[in-house]
Amino acid sequence: MQAEEMRLDGNAAAGILRELFATDVTAAFATCKGCGRAGPMGTLLEYGQGMGVILRCPSCESAVLRIVRTPGWLRVDASGISLLKIPDQ
Amino acid sequence: MARATIPGRLTWQVATVVDVRNETARARTLVLNVPEWPGHRAGQHVDVRLVAEDGYQAQRSYSIASPPEERLVALTVERIDNAEVSPYLCDVLQVGDGLEVRGPIGGYFVWDITQGGPLLLVAGGSGIVPLMAMLRHHARADVRIRGQVPVRLLYSARSWDDVIYRTELEQLTQGQVAFTLTRDAPADWPGYRRRIDQAMLEQVSWPASQMPRAFVCGPTPLVESVSTLLVALGHDPSNVRTERFGPT
Repeated sequence: MQAEEMRLDGNAAAGILRELFATDVTAAFATCKGCGRAGPMGTLLEYGQGMGVILRCPSCESAVLRIVRTPGWLRVDASGISLLKIPDQ
Repeated sequence: MARATIPGRLTWQVATVVDVRNETARARTLVLNVPEWPGHRAGQHVDVRLVAEDGYQAQRSYSIASPPEERLVALTVERIDNAEVSPYLCDVLQVGDGLEVRGPIGGYFVWDITQGGPLLLVAGGSGIVPLMAMLRHHARADVRIRGQVPVRLLYSARSWDDVIYRTELEQLTQGQVAFTLTRDAPADWPGYRRRIDQAMLEQVSWPASQMPRAFVCGPTPLVESVSTLLVALGHDPSNVRTERFGPT
């Protein structure tokens, strides 16, 4: 299997993101701490769906958000996001 | 009566399969009755969870094919040989069976008739599924509104037999659909027979000056190629929404 075929996007992570947030955040704008790119979470690149997900910036490939499921814990590393702008409806 | 679910919280529910339809040799539509369904938007998906007797779990996302106007939720699943989930959904699951789902999910790759158009849909393989929900939603709209939102579809499939929703697509798009067959095309095939390229997009799409809203869904290489080409043709990246499908 080609690596690029395994690369999905933030839309595929929408389910696990909804375990963290009360609202959908795929349309929310995340600013990448690595390069400053701001774009919808749905446009981030997603790698891996086994124990969790890593969302990477499509511009600089920095890990923007890491979510790992371990027994009894959902571990979230959001240190790659400098700002998250969520539509307020 | 108080609801057991907290509003805004996404919870797993057991849906019941009320109908199954074979779309192609490899794709099957499951029509689900989800007890606490809050309604959905065209383009959204659900997560499906299978749990084995030993507790092993497998979870996948499937796009919703039915329009928001319908209470029952239709998923079209393509069978991937040797995969964990899709063979079960395509070959084993029967009418009357239960299926664990949660949803609807997603707020980025969604379209509503009130967002307007023109609407350019580009699908690769089973990437047609969320776009089908958009087409069906469009077809249900009031004729005066619908008339102001023209739709075009470009659909890439391996062969004519792999094209999902063939007849309905011709009807819904009123002929504004172009097919390209990348592997096997009949000798008298009048459509395209190559991967989507810039010339094809220029022929099928509206020019960037008309600012169509583009939704591109399919395997990752197709999605990345098409979105790059559309931006190269002058389309505003914020008007080109993409969803990548992986093996399931």
